[in-house]
Amino acid sequence: MLSLIVFLPIIAGLIILAVPSSQKQVIRVVSLVAALVQIVLAIVIWQGYDPSLAGIVAAPGGSPAGSFQFIERVPWISIDLGSFGKLNIEYFLGVDGISISMVILTALISAIGVLSSWPIQKQVKGYFILYNLLASAMMGCFVALDFFLFYVFWEIMLLPMYFLIGMWGGPNREYAAIKFFLYTLFGSVFMLLVMIGLYFSVIDPVTHNHTFSLVAMASQENYIKNAILGPDNVFWRYVAFIVLFVGFAIKVPMFPFHTWLPDAHVEAPTPISVILAGVLLKLGTYGMMRINFPLFPEVFQASLFVIGVFGAINIIYGAFCALAQQDLKKMVAYSSISHMGYVLLGLAAANSEGMLGALYQMFNHGTITAMLFLLVGVIYDRAHTRQIDKFGGLASYMPVYVGIVTVAWFASLGLPGLSGFISEAFVFVGAFSSVTTRNIAIVSVLGIVFGAAYLLWSLQRMFLGTRKPDAAYDLEVGSDGHEHIHFHDWKGKLDLDGRELAMLVPLTVIIIILGIYPMPVIGLLTTSINKLVTVLSPVVLTSMN
Amino acid sequence: MFELPSGAEIQAIIASLNASVGYFLPEIYLSVLFMLLIVIDLMAKGRKNNLLSITALAGLAGSFLFIVPQHSMQAGEFFFGMYVLDEFALFFKYFFVVSGMLTVIITMADEQFDSEVRSMGEYYALVVAMVIGMIMMASSSDLLMIFLSMELVSFSAYILTGYFKRNLQSSEAALKYLVYGAVSSGLMVYGFSLIYGMTAQTNLIRISAELAAHGYDPLVMILATLLIIAGFGYKIGAVPFHFWSPDVYEGAPTPITALLSVASKAAGFALLVRFYFVSVPHGLQPYEDIVGIDWHSLLIVIAAASMIYGNVVALWQKNVKRLLAYSSIAHAGYILLGIIVMDKLGTQATLFYLLAYFLMNFGAFYVVILIANKTGSENLDDYRGLGKTMPLAGAALTVFLISLVGLPPTAGFIGKLMIFAAMLNKGSLYIVLALIGILTSVISLYYYMLIPLNMFLRESPQSGEKSMELTMPAKLIMVVLMAVTIYFGLYFAPLSDFAKYSSALYGMTMH
Repeated sequence: MLSLIVFLPIIAGLIILAVPSSQKQVIRVVSLVAALVQIVLAIVIWQGYDPSLAGIVAAPGGSPAGSFQFIERVPWISIDLGSFGKLNIEYFLGVDGISISMVILTALISAIGVLSSWPIQKQVKGYFILYNLLASAMMGCFVALDFFLFYVFWEIMLLPMYFLIGMWGGPNREYAAIKFFLYTLFGSVFMLLVMIGLYFSVIDPVTHNHTFSLVAMASQENYIKNAILGPDNVFWRYVAFIVLFVGFAIKVPMFPFHTWLPDAHVEAPTPISVILAGVLLKLGTYGMMRINFPLFPEVFQASLFVIGVFGAINIIYGAFCALAQQDLKKMVAYSSISHMGYVLLGLAAANSEGMLGALYQMFNHGTITAMLFLLVGVIYDRAHTRQIDKFGGLASYMPVYVGIVTVAWFASLGLPGLSGFISEAFVFVGAFSSVTTRNIAIVSVLGIVFGAAYLLWSLQRMFLGTRKPDAAYDLEVGSDGHEHIHFHDWKGKLDLDGRELAMLVPLTVIIIILGIYPMPVIGLLTTSINKLVTVLSPVVLTSMN
Repeated sequence: MFELPSGAEIQAIIASLNASVGYFLPEIYLSVLFMLLIVIDLMAKGRKNNLLSITALAGLAGSFLFIVPQHSMQAGEFFFGMYVLDEFALFFKYFFVVSGMLTVIITMADEQFDSEVRSMGEYYALVVAMVIGMIMMASSSDLLMIFLSMELVSFSAYILTGYFKRNLQSSEAALKYLVYGAVSSGLMVYGFSLIYGMTAQTNLIRISAELAAHGYDPLVMILATLLIIAGFGYKIGAVPFHFWSPDVYEGAPTPITALLSVASKAAGFALLVRFYFVSVPHGLQPYEDIVGIDWHSLLIVIAAASMIYGNVVALWQKNVKRLLAYSSIAHAGYILLGIIVMDKLGTQATLFYLLAYFLMNFGAFYVVILIANKTGSENLDDYRGLGKTMPLAGAALTVFLISLVGLPPTAGFIGKLMIFAAMLNKGSLYIVLALIGILTSVISLYYYMLIPLNMFLRESPQSGEKSMELTMPAKLIMVVLMAVTIYFGLYFAPLSDFAKYSSALYGMTMH
């Protein structure tokens, strides 16, 4: 089941490879069908998921079955290294409460990305092959439970992303693409060293071999005492934690490693921005929750304050930067940085409320930010500009569009009744109840105020009021005597067309439903989050030694 | 002065030689092929280039008939300790024969030969001679034999580099190569003479025994190993013995560049491993010496310098062959990492990396040739927009380049993984070196990606968007190399088992 959901897009990509490049519509439809089947599979997995199983670590006895679900585990590569034992790499997939919501999110955003890619005319075949490769790799990252497999998926994402930004992006795309590539590779090469170090430090309790299994690595009793990353080697464990954290923080992106993101977003085409904000950033925080923290819990406990501070900086700095932007897309990019700060803050709280808020915030950030970028894309398609001061008074002429904009904008600033509110509230509850992060939480609340400021201000400038003299569109009085607006070379429907509605309405519905009744998602997460908090708690650590 | 050997002794010598010949069949066979190619060149009339290339290709493939049975033979030395047969040597026999075959294949695709040279007879003969020389380099276990086989490789390589006689760059490259080669082999022989002076032996295994039994003067030892490193370092193109390589790689015919960058380099590594592991494995035993350094720490410095220098200088290159030359300097550094570890896992990683490097570098040079056939240029600027006109070549080159960076899912990634695994297996001893390797590979991403950047992200300045069709065999070879590179990135157990099997060196004292 999980293999199918991971490799479905690649299969679609292979089919596309065989389609002649002039058949653009066929290529798009194949991608869309694959994405829709992926959603169906995600729903089947969601329905079949048993929220009472915890995940995170193996069930008692060392076997992951009974703790993880939908497990697929076959030996992949096994090499005899003579006196060094065997090198065992497994094809090991499974989901638990941390990954299940991300699987659903990835399937959803991938499909919306395909719809959003519909208008792309340049080299459609190449575009969709790369897009499907990216979609597969993202899904693979969330379900891989073998570190080696995870790393392979993680790195495979880079190349398609590079080309998708670099070939279909804006004017400054070369710079943005290589910056993205170099930043993320810089983060992940250290992960490679840590991965090897962990391999030599961990013994699988069942097979008594070294293993790449993340499940085995998450239990501290599986570590060899004096191995390079074993409990005795405190120095290297700190180093490993820090380099892993930096690697994932680059993806989040956390201040001061965030500078690639605004560039990448501004240059990327809309669907790629959606994927980037909707799914890719989550991989950073997911990696922290799956790998970085459970593998080095004592270092995690020691660095809570620092992580919290960086979270607060992200929240406030991101909000300030967003406030200063003239380009709407750049503003949304910085707001995305700001909102990922809540995830970091929630993680730093290290209690159930904070962690749950963080994970739920990841899901909500995925849906809300994807919507924001789609909405930016809609207006950019029509006006060919994203300068905030080139608009004004759009609400009178594009009522449906502005209606959805309002929902998205308010969800982003955390209005009660919309999903973003619940996760941010959880984060703050968690952060307040932890002594370490209480003061940080107090400061971070300012971020909500600034968030409201830039969102409301942009809403007012672009959509309310009247048309500005130098706006990107003309006012015309139609034959019926009413005023219309006219974008210079836009032939399509003025307000949202069917395809755009098909992308935006499902997201709107999800945001509203999960704001009122969050249990469908939160219910999946709680058991695992509680388990994660126990695994990370200092009490367990002292009993371990 | 010398007593004449008695009749019985002569009989014994002849018997021993006769027995040794059985171990030497692949080399004899290839020598026959070498002569056959010259004869065909002299006898055949008219357009004979196809006949020559097919003969060379089939002839090289035929040598498998003689190499495969050697697996069942007992590892050992023969020709009075001049030559050995072990799994390590067998690995390189396959490696060099397949390299030779690929060189012939990509030579057939290179259209520059059609305009530059009339007859290919000597060319193919020399490629075969070089293959023989490299095989002998990997199998020599005597200082004299090492020198002879190295010279055989070098002389063939000098001529092949300058094979485009009327091309100024090609001739310049050959001259530079010759001058550097002469100096470094001179230094190496001087180092050999010091070793001989200390031990009165030329056989590697007996040198090791002598050194262990009687000890040695550390100053002479470090001088000798330093001089010998100069000779080997020149062959593997490591810093600071690399100065010849960018010019030679740029000037030589591209198939020869590929052969030099992969096979000749690998032969240097084979020699390095055999010499240091078998003959002077004392680098790891701490001993007091005046200068406080040993060859092991020298290799560490060389590896670090090669990785940093090669990867950083490559950033400024505008010619693709030159860029790949600097990249090959950097790769010499990565491969040295596996040797520095000095255990079986390290050797296995080294051999694996060589195999991966073989695939990706031959692949990259092959695509460079195909592109040069169509555009007549190897400059980065002329690659603009090629992704549109030659999409398959662009995709293949991208795969080879990301493999050179060391990204999954390619063989190059597994090579790096195994090298770093071998290093980290030693605990925190080599972590700094591993960090240098990791960080420089991030740098390398930038310049490798310049090629796909120009091909895919930039538009061609010529407005005419004519599609450049490649021939079917060219496409096939490219797809096969690309598929194999990815296949061994996803399922590398067979390759790695082969590397492990081949890491057995005859006469090696360490485990």
